[in-house]
Amino acid sequence: MSEDFEIEIPPAFEHLAMVRAVLSSALEAEPILKEEQLQDLRLAVSEATTNAIEAHQKLGSDAAVGVRITVVEKKVTVKISDHGGGFDPTKLKKHPPVTDPERLEYERGLGVTLMRRLTDDCTITPTKTGTTVTLVIHR
Amino acid sequence: MLQVTGEIDMATAPTLRQRVLLVTGWEPDGLVLDLDRVDFVDSTGLGVMVGAAKRMRMIGGGFRIVCSQKHLIDLFSITRLNEVFSLYDTLDEALVDVKGPSGAEGAST
Repeated sequence: MSEDFEIEIPPAFEHLAMVRAVLSSALEAEPILKEEQLQDLRLAVSEATTNAIEAHQKLGSDAAVGVRITVVEKKVTVKISDHGGGFDPTKLKKHPPVTDPERLEYERGLGVTLMRRLTDDCTITPTKTGTTVTLVIHR
Repeated sequence: MLQVTGEIDMATAPTLRQRVLLVTGWEPDGLVLDLDRVDFVDSTGLGVMVGAAKRMRMIGGGFRIVCSQKHLIDLFSITRLNEVFSLYDTLDEALVDVKGPSGAEGAST
């Protein structure tokens, strides 16, 4: 059995809270994930959606960002799709280690690290018009 | 002391950042950020905290975070920011003697 939930949001940060709320309601109705996993997925999805919105804003695009939640048995997959022109994760700037006082110079750039650490699988795929991030968590 | 409630994400972080800038502008001896009523923090929120730690270090003051919620403590561990920030379980503990250069007690040389 599989269930699908799909929403589209305008590229503005005030919609992030709604994306998290939809994710929680979609997964709380029939508890699939442990509470801790749900928290992790909420954060990973929020990070990916933030990046997607940011990409649209940089291009001045008002196209919608798509969030699709698919539940198949004990596996939850969330795809966040944008049309923000694309992004190369291999070109992310490397931060100094946290214990280095220099680390305090970096206030951004933890998002992709978190997406990877908080999910069982995180794939960033370039598309013709932007990027699709696929996040997977298994119970 | 800054008490924060609700969710810290890209939509709300700018307000918190402004408050941090305002308060650190007074050059206090110490700053305590109370996160006990915060339900959600994303990487932007962590960035604001890094900024607060940096400003407090620049002015030679202490910086502490009150945080007893497991998912937030886990978030600090995953990002290893627990090595940069001084985390406290309760506000009372955090308020004791919060001054002097910190924000990275045990992490700086």
